[in-house]
Amino acid sequence: MGSYIIKRLISAIPLLFIISLITFGLINLSPMDPAKVVLEAQGVPKITEELIAQTKADLGMDKPFIIRYFDWVVACLHLDFGTSYVTGKPVWSLIGPAFLNTLKLTTVSSAAIIVLSILLGVACALTAGRLIDKSVRGLSFFLTAMPSYWLASLLIWYFSVHLDLLPTSGMASVEHYILPVTVITVSYVGIYFRFVRSSMLSNLNEDYVLYGRACGLSEWKVTMHILRNSLQVAVSIFCMAIPIILGSTVVIENVFAWPGLGSLSVRSILNRDFPIIQAYVLILAAAFVLFNTISDIINAAMNPKLRNGL
Amino acid sequence: MRIFMNLCKDKLAIASLVFIAVLITAGLFAPVFAPHNPEEVNMSLRYAGPSWEYILGNDHLGRCILSRIIYGIRPSVLWVFAALFISVLIGSILGFLAGYFRGKNDAFIMKLCDVLLSFPGYVMALALVGLLGVGLENILIAFILIKWAWFARVIRTSVMQYAELDYIKFAKASGISHGKIIWKHIVPVTFSDIAVISSSSMGTMILQISGFSFLGLGVQAPQAEWGMMLNEAREVMFTRPELMLAPGLAIVLVVMALNFLSDSLQVALDPRLLNSNKGNQVMAPVSKIKIQEKEVPN
Repeated sequence: MGSYIIKRLISAIPLLFIISLITFGLINLSPMDPAKVVLEAQGVPKITEELIAQTKADLGMDKPFIIRYFDWVVACLHLDFGTSYVTGKPVWSLIGPAFLNTLKLTTVSSAAIIVLSILLGVACALTAGRLIDKSVRGLSFFLTAMPSYWLASLLIWYFSVHLDLLPTSGMASVEHYILPVTVITVSYVGIYFRFVRSSMLSNLNEDYVLYGRACGLSEWKVTMHILRNSLQVAVSIFCMAIPIILGSTVVIENVFAWPGLGSLSVRSILNRDFPIIQAYVLILAAAFVLFNTISDIINAAMNPKLRNGL
Repeated sequence: MRIFMNLCKDKLAIASLVFIAVLITAGLFAPVFAPHNPEEVNMSLRYAGPSWEYILGNDHLGRCILSRIIYGIRPSVLWVFAALFISVLIGSILGFLAGYFRGKNDAFIMKLCDVLLSFPGYVMALALVGLLGVGLENILIAFILIKWAWFARVIRTSVMQYAELDYIKFAKASGISHGKIIWKHIVPVTFSDIAVISSSSMGTMILQISGFSFLGLGVQAPQAEWGMMLNEAREVMFTRPELMLAPGLAIVLVVMALNFLSDSLQVALDPRLLNSNKGNQVMAPVSKIKIQEKEVPN
């Protein structure tokens, strides 16, 4: 198992390297000259050729691509993502707290999604074809077709304005979590509980279930056995769900004015604040690779057959 | 024809198909169907409720909401279809190249797909919009750039199933050109897979792109787009919540219809699933589960 973990971790390194290269290269893809963007962002009234050249030298953009890339990678490893074009503050001082806020929202939502998906998935699998199963599936069909920002707005209108029960925006107290977490949970549970359900159903017909029942195990124990086997599939899906949710809270954060990565990144995009966009992509891509690796390792721990795959 | 007959057995699928057909027609011929000019400002009719002349009422600038919804079909649905089509096309070409010819090209294309798929798609789209600038065309370009890798990979797997079969080997041995083999013998059998994966992404893509517009990154005012309309409605949400209804319901209905259609299409293309579904064994067919593993709405 130890050697598997090491191999798996090493295999993630080239991927991280390519990701950093692409993230860095993205800036050069922009049709706009970064130096010009900086000057515009700082509100310089008249942009001259000399000023552009001067800014380029200041930002170190006159050096060759490879050297700039390595400087940037080394700096990033020290959590130094440069300075924001617009505010002039270090990127990390903006992105760090925002990342933490998004992480809080994601953690609570992911926990809610995983618990609810498993509960609903099991309930539907055990009542397959009957009323509960059909109504949950029908409802999930409707909920997954709903734009999350629309649902969020409707909930804000009903609970915050009409009933005046919950706060509309910010993240000051526990109550602030209720609406955003509900919206994120609703939009994902509809997808993930299906995995648990179908995985449970395919296990229901296995021989070991019949054997367990024949041995006189209680229905509860049999269900637990099925659940344990069904969750193997679910683990990797849930592991990948976390970075996806991390990256897709953008819309929800904007609706609820949550001071997280999503709000920050949209603001940066509208302001063309490239260093922040760059750091945002890099952090989330790294999280993606990290969770992918973790999911493989957990799977290998649960199922020794997979360990020879590498 | 057989596919169509199978599809016809499913009433929901027919309803969805008709709905989408009507929607596409309305979008294509928006000037004919829309009762008013969608950008015509009429301050005396601000927030007017539904009337015979303005069936869905008027928005904060007194514009006809129904006309805006009808014109909004173009950017919200038709352009998304176009973007999806292009990215499926790129995915198919590369998928066929990789799956049929194998070898070095295959290894290279798949490595490229691996790298692209290791980026969170939604974040990449956001970043590309940030670099290219705000606007619907840039959103569509960003989505094409990130989605093709997924299609290429699935289509390659589908092609590989057939590329090694005896009748293909026979065709090769009889000296038929590669192009002809692909076109005559592989495209027809893999077409159903391609149709299923692309149709299952449509709903997600419409939701995601409307979300971008909602954030103000897509279509710019005064042009009508559903996400944009919701964005405008959000500003007066506390006083006029009813403005959120029409565009929101439009999106929900389209996405639901597309999802129904995609599910039915899958059953119609592969009637075996119909029987396995009857016993309530597995709700989603296995291929769909695999697809959803990566393709989840963000």
